[in-house]
Amino acid sequence: MRKISAKDIQECVRRLAQKANFSLRADVQRAILAAFRKEKSSRGRKILSELLENARAARNDSLALCQDTGLPVVFLEIGPDVDLRGVDVAAAVQKGAAQGYREGFLRTSIVEDPLRRGRPKFGPCVLHTAFVRRKGLKVTILPKGFGCENKTQLRMLPPTAQKDCVEDVIVSVVKDAGPDACPPYIIGVGIGGTSDYACQLAKEALLRPIHKRSRLKHVAEMERSLINRLNRLGLGPMGLGGSTTVLGVNILTYPTHIAGLPICVNISCHVLRSASDVL
Amino acid sequence: MSSNPERAGLRIPHSGGSKVVRLSTPLDLSVLSSLKAGDEVLLSGRVLTARDQAHRRFVGLLKKGSGLPVDVKGRIIYYCGPTKTRPGAIIGSCGPTTSGRMDEMTVPLLAAGLKGMIGKGRRSQKVRQAVKKYKAVYFLATGGAGALLSKKVRALRRVCFSDLGPEAVAELTVKDFPLIVGIDTRGNDIFK
Repeated sequence: MRKISAKDIQECVRRLAQKANFSLRADVQRAILAAFRKEKSSRGRKILSELLENARAARNDSLALCQDTGLPVVFLEIGPDVDLRGVDVAAAVQKGAAQGYREGFLRTSIVEDPLRRGRPKFGPCVLHTAFVRRKGLKVTILPKGFGCENKTQLRMLPPTAQKDCVEDVIVSVVKDAGPDACPPYIIGVGIGGTSDYACQLAKEALLRPIHKRSRLKHVAEMERSLINRLNRLGLGPMGLGGSTTVLGVNILTYPTHIAGLPICVNISCHVLRSASDVL
Repeated sequence: MSSNPERAGLRIPHSGGSKVVRLSTPLDLSVLSSLKAGDEVLLSGRVLTARDQAHRRFVGLLKKGSGLPVDVKGRIIYYCGPTKTRPGAIIGSCGPTTSGRMDEMTVPLLAAGLKGMIGKGRRSQKVRQAVKKYKAVYFLATGGAGALLSKKVRALRRVCFSDLGPEAVAELTVKDFPLIVGIDTRGNDIFK
């Protein structure tokens, strides 16, 4: 058995919180550079080059890539060999996230009471846990900015909805977001499960490297089709026109009920941040 | 102009066809009204940060007929809530937040003399009409480039509502802060 202590978890989350906020994910950086080379709009190219420069400034100066350091979402994938007896896992995660944010001079963006609001704090984060077959404890943090989180939509489609209808829903969500949520976007889509699980899948979809397509052939095809359709919208960087509206579309699916077809579209701004490690 | 992203930057503005205007505060209203939607602007001078909760308080105070803790007449509000400032630094990461959330609280501020707003994304029809009526300007800054934009800030002074944390109102002194005109004094909108 692999004994993991509260300290190990706290330290890991602390480190990943800062890494995610200071260093743009390599796949996102590569996608922005590729888009910069292809983008035809000069204003679009200028904005994309600013984003690359911003990533360099953030990394060099240990500054947040974006002032919205998000609501951190932490995923724990617990393997069969992991021994957590006696460990207050949730507390260790919360402590690590808050410590990472505090020591990294990130932002207090979270209010204790969603209705009465009040003075914002560094936490708590949202924690998802899953039991998996892979050995070890995989820790992932996804600081989700709320400009784009606000554009999330859940639709409960009828089970007879065709593939085109599913694609149309995704396109309409991106159109609704328009220029407001910092395009070029990365689109995370969850299809299937229950309403809540579709939303979680949509978020998890953002963790997959954005150049990788689904392992399911028909889903990969849908992703490619959507990337083409969305980039033809002409929204462009910051919505000021251009051929780069999305950097990627990642879809995750799960079995669902005969009576339904839940679909959640979670939009990420171009500053898609996440970091992982295995303990 | 170099097209190499390794070198391209905010220091050397390039127009992409539209003109680059230098704007400073206190605002010269004739320069402000010469701006056209799509123009690039380099702003130098002082702006006030205020976002959701500060707007709510401002509007509440205006409704009650009480004065604001800071006069917005002739000034620019930047929709920004920066990260914490590292010791020895002036400010943390400080890009714009989504402007649309401030739409419902914007008209009273324009009526109180506000002349400029900086944010990202679309504004409502109501805001567009009020921008025209009060001869103000809505500017866009690049979202998600807060580390880079922090280099353009020369000073930060805390003004009010410190209990709001990152949403407190501060006065930033900026130098060559890069903007694009979103809505001009005639109500022309870059997104329309």
